Amino acid sequence: MGKQISLRQSIILGLLGLTSFVGLWHGLAVSGMIPSVFLPSPIEVYDRFTTLLERRFAGATLPGHLAASFQRFAYGFLLAALIGIPLGLLMGWYQILDEIVSPLFDALRFIAPIAWVPFAALWFGTGIGGPIMIIFAGAFPPCVINAYRGAKFVDPRLIEAANMLGTPSHRVIREILLPASVPSIVSGLRVSAGLGWQSLVGAELIVASAGVGYMMVQGQANVSTTTVMAGMVAIGLVGLALDSALRLAERIIQRRRGLEN
Amino acid sequence: MGVIEFKSVDKIFGPRATGFRALEDINLEIRDREFVAIVGPSGCGKTTCLRMVAGFEDATAGVVSVDGTPIKRPGPDRAVVFQQFALFPWKSVYDNIDLGLRNLNVSRSERETRIAAILDLMNLTQYAKHFPHQLSGGMQQRVAIARAYVLDPDVLLMDEPFGALDAQTRVVMQEELVRLARKNPRTVLFITHAVEEAVYLADRVAIMTRAPGRIKEVLDIASIRNAENWDSYEKIEDVMDLESFVHLRTHIWRSLREEKAAQHV
Repeated sequence: MGKQISLRQSIILGLLGLTSFVGLWHGLAVSGMIPSVFLPSPIEVYDRFTTLLERRFAGATLPGHLAASFQRFAYGFLLAALIGIPLGLLMGWYQILDEIVSPLFDALRFIAPIAWVPFAALWFGTGIGGPIMIIFAGAFPPCVINAYRGAKFVDPRLIEAANMLGTPSHRVIREILLPASVPSIVSGLRVSAGLGWQSLVGAELIVASAGVGYMMVQGQANVSTTTVMAGMVAIGLVGLALDSALRLAERIIQRRRGLEN
Repeated sequence: MGVIEFKSVDKIFGPRATGFRALEDINLEIRDREFVAIVGPSGCGKTTCLRMVAGFEDATAGVVSVDGTPIKRPGPDRAVVFQQFALFPWKSVYDNIDLGLRNLNVSRSERETRIAAILDLMNLTQYAKHFPHQLSGGMQQRVAIARAYVLDPDVLLMDEPFGALDAQTRVVMQEELVRLARKNPRTVLFITHAVEEAVYLADRVAIMTRAPGRIKEVLDIASIRNAENWDSYEKIEDVMDLESFVHLRTHIWRSLREEKAAQHV
């Protein structure tokens, strides 16, 4: 292992990476080797981004599109957590369910969410239902897997103690497996949110009538590559914010657990 | 009632022919409200004996029963106190003790009364709202004992309950356990490798051989305790100085040493 890197150094290094990337991009864009419609410069993208913040394009401003996207994301993500976490815990407790569901689940989860787009559109429409199904397809597996692992790796002595006290299954699941799995579940939610957000924007490229993905498709149709890139920047920033928030939650919970055990 | 019976019990971990032979032909009857300690060299299978009564392990051959009924699964009629406490870290002291009573569908008001009584008996009243990680090892084990005792079980199974505690705490806990056992006697199966502890606490001490564990000898302590009036001494160290105590302790020590010696041959 190399030397420890301090927080300040890590921020400086992160900024260094970012600025060299933007610098390289800018250099390439202004060099004239590539037509600007193929590769708009960072300044053009920035201008377009700030314009979109206030001016409507494809029916809404950028914040409007983001809000539409985020609402879909929230529904799909919530649905994935509400079904995935209980399913994972149940699989961790009832071996029979584990044996029935695991092979099916392990095959299904390798199908990229975007592959569900045609069926999502057919079954649930291009309004809110279809995109939710696609986010769900992306966000669901980590919820199940992490709740399952959490339940499976609970300290066996606690299970023995619960059994000795005559605890019925439903109570073991709610009062022993669930709290014991919280750190694992929260890590799962973080992965799940990332995958859900990724899948959403992919889905909106095809099925939505509002949202960042939709805005980007309209940008493409109008040969406005700056709009497409502004959309990409927005997606990246929201994803980063989402991940940071959940990472913080994860750290807080792990720190509290560290004291508890 | 709470009569524990081991009848010709064998335990093999793994396949019958090639697995690890942990216990061989264990025969032991523990009478109602009797306190029996099992001592033996480490790895002799003494904890396995307890785990079979608890319902955590099956016997490979023979029968383990309580009041004549063969044991099939764990249950609150056979409460266990674990060496590592096994308290639920996310439940308060009160809620840890409450869980078993809720499982028995005891009414809220009766639960409150019983928990208040056991908290008082174990000197835990002021810690009811604390979480296990906020308590010392000795306090945590008090909670675990309270969690078991509150169920009013026929049988109390204690698996080296004081093994993780420091020497001073251990002595206090031993004295408390005697106090508790006098006040509210239960059938107790107590596993330990500490010889003094076994002689001080138990009515009878069963000595086990090294693996495959067999019962080598069962010593009657109660008759000597009564004849020599050990209970008239308040402190454990006073009892430990008595000639009758020293004699029993030395006997068990020698017996265990033979097993240890044989292990290295």
